[in-house]
Amino acid sequence: MQEIYFDNSSTTIVSPAAAEAVYKVMREDYGNPSSMHAKGVQAEKYVKEAADAIARILKVSPKEIYFTSGGTEANNWAIIGGARAMKRAGNKIITTQMEHPAVSEPLRVLESEGFEVIRIPVNEKGLVDMGALEEALDDRVILISMMYVNNEIGAVTPVEEIGRLKMRMVPKALYHVDAIQAFGKYRIYPRNLSIDLLSVSGHKLHGPKGTGFLYKSDKVRILPLLYGGGQMLALRSGTENVPGIAGLGVASREAYTDFDAKVAHMRNLRDRMTAGLAGMEGVVIHGMEGEAGAPHIVNAAFVGVGSEVLLHALEERGIYVSAGSACSTHKKSGSPTLTAIGAPKEEMESSVRFSFSELNTEDEVDEALRVLAELVPMLRRYRRK
Amino acid sequence: MYNSFLIKYGEIGLKGDNRHIFEDALAKRIRTVLSRIDGEFDVKKTRGRIYVFCGGDWNYDETVERLSHVFGIVGICPVVIYESCGIEELKKHMTDYLKEEHPGCTSSFKVKARRVDKEYPLTSMEVDAELGEAILLANSDMRVDVHNPEIVFDVEIREEIYIYSKVIPGPGGMPVGTAGRAMLLLSGGIDSPVAGWMIAKRGVTVDAVYFHAPPYTSDRARQKVIDLAGIVARYTGPIRLHIVNFTDIQLYIYDQCPHEELTVIMRRYMMRIAEHFANEEGDMGLITGESIGQVASQTMHSLVCTNAVCSYPVYRPLIGFDKNDIVDIARKIGTYDTSILPYEDCCTIFVAKHPVTRPQVSKIEKSEQKLRERINELVDTAIATAELVVAK
Repeated sequence: MQEIYFDNSSTTIVSPAAAEAVYKVMREDYGNPSSMHAKGVQAEKYVKEAADAIARILKVSPKEIYFTSGGTEANNWAIIGGARAMKRAGNKIITTQMEHPAVSEPLRVLESEGFEVIRIPVNEKGLVDMGALEEALDDRVILISMMYVNNEIGAVTPVEEIGRLKMRMVPKALYHVDAIQAFGKYRIYPRNLSIDLLSVSGHKLHGPKGTGFLYKSDKVRILPLLYGGGQMLALRSGTENVPGIAGLGVASREAYTDFDAKVAHMRNLRDRMTAGLAGMEGVVIHGMEGEAGAPHIVNAAFVGVGSEVLLHALEERGIYVSAGSACSTHKKSGSPTLTAIGAPKEEMESSVRFSFSELNTEDEVDEALRVLAELVPMLRRYRRK
Repeated sequence: MYNSFLIKYGEIGLKGDNRHIFEDALAKRIRTVLSRIDGEFDVKKTRGRIYVFCGGDWNYDETVERLSHVFGIVGICPVVIYESCGIEELKKHMTDYLKEEHPGCTSSFKVKARRVDKEYPLTSMEVDAELGEAILLANSDMRVDVHNPEIVFDVEIREEIYIYSKVIPGPGGMPVGTAGRAMLLLSGGIDSPVAGWMIAKRGVTVDAVYFHAPPYTSDRARQKVIDLAGIVARYTGPIRLHIVNFTDIQLYIYDQCPHEELTVIMRRYMMRIAEHFANEEGDMGLITGESIGQVASQTMHSLVCTNAVCSYPVYRPLIGFDKNDIVDIARKIGTYDTSILPYEDCCTIFVAKHPVTRPQVSKIEKSEQKLRERINELVDTAIATAELVVAK
């Protein structure tokens, strides 16, 4: 059976070149970058190379790239380390109602420590309410944390506009952007966007799991979360995950090679999927239409079919998708994003996410649509009554 | 300090001429569970007692944990064995033992010596007195109470001298494999693993059958049931788990029969299929986790309907239990945390909002007539495509 993997926003297959880099570091250049000897120097080179590659993509300095254990750590660090460093300047933090738990949970921790967290609502497409945002910005604000691309419905936040607003209204506050679903899909230049902190995860773009980085502008200060041997300019102690970092560097470089063609290809798949689904009865598509939405995510509710049931039925046919967000399937509560956009209960229970990478094909989309057309009416027939 | 265990068994001691069968089964089971951990264990049966002598790279906690999963064991007494010696040295051993095992103790006690080695120069009573005095000298906070002591120091004088004073409770029951086999209908819930455990505790070897309904139930739900069987298997030994794909049968019933009868009819087919595998395994009964009135399918009326298709006895050890009592046992035996993982099982996916609570056999049989055309073929397919997983 042909395998169709439409769950690339959960994780991606590691690219051959990235896997090779990981293997090579593990088996040959296995030194500790902190060691004085040649093995250490050799290992350090991989870390520098990866930082260089990423810095070129973001048009920043390699010294501003801090490797982490992934997106969750980058988000936690930016938010907790940022808020704690700014404590004297105020205690108000601004975010949205549709953040990933890797942002909303550390914010809850800060809230319990006495910080005030304002969650800006989003509209039914997932667009941040700019009026409410502007209203919330006052001189007590120390941190703004925004998700660039929403992981569940692919809604895109106007990070540039928010950056300008921030510079105008609260220039001293930190501006953090969770770019975990956006890196590799958009050209992101933090300096032009007034972004101080930017989180990225490696395994969403064909890099290894357990890798990621936080871009931290040289102009801002945050406190470390991890203390120890003083690696990463003493801001992120712990022996560097050199194999992972090497793989992440390669994967990042690959993502931005033939970038426009790859993004256009993903967008074409997304449009094809959306058009096909639009022709099916009882399907509601969430998120922004056309160019406004992210190029790789389609979230659709197949009303009357339980999302987990559809997921497993598709799985039996070799098609892998997500029910809501993969990170939150173990919780009983509904998806935070679908709640934020005000999706009705029957849509929440029946939503499935298709997420593409440049490796997917039009044929795969057509096959998935064909299988859906066959399965959905059948699954709709059998339900609790 | 310890280097062996005395195994106390209760009910087996009551058996008459068959006693050795039960003792042998118990010793065998102990050998089996201990063979899976590090260390060298010598399991010896002597005159109505089982001793486990420990050597090599063994670990106390791990050994006790394993022994506490063996049905038939009522108590596990950690024993210190000393080379045979005169009373003065024995007194020294006793005070060392006291300091190590009961530091800062203020309890009442008595010493209960048994002289198996009749050559020993002191009588049992004399040993009691000598050692009792030694204990009082070593710890003046303790006092003697021969009628109702809080601690009993058992001293056995054999070729060597054994001292023990603690009893760690075992699960009780009868050694696995001494009573026959039965087929457990295992779901992912809280009740059925407990039911299996309770029947196994009576010495029954347990087989199991699980019904899943992909794509309505997930692989994780299936894995959860395998894990549950594995937890019960720590007590019972490996469980042969038959996994039956029930989807087509379920959908067919859904299409043909009144919706409020779906669950009852489904359960009748589950019983029929379970009997098939019970027959195949040489089982002598079915086991379910049913408890009167817990849900619609477990009212007495519903039980009549499901029971009507069974020719084997159906053992329902939880029949009179309240849910919280069942939960207590599930916690104790370690199945609870797995049981509550939130994966849908096939009994609940299509359950009607208002299922019948007082079904009548005649009416259900009439509804099942509507399944005549394809049901036998679907049941045969479900049986033929079942997988066997051995959970351990």
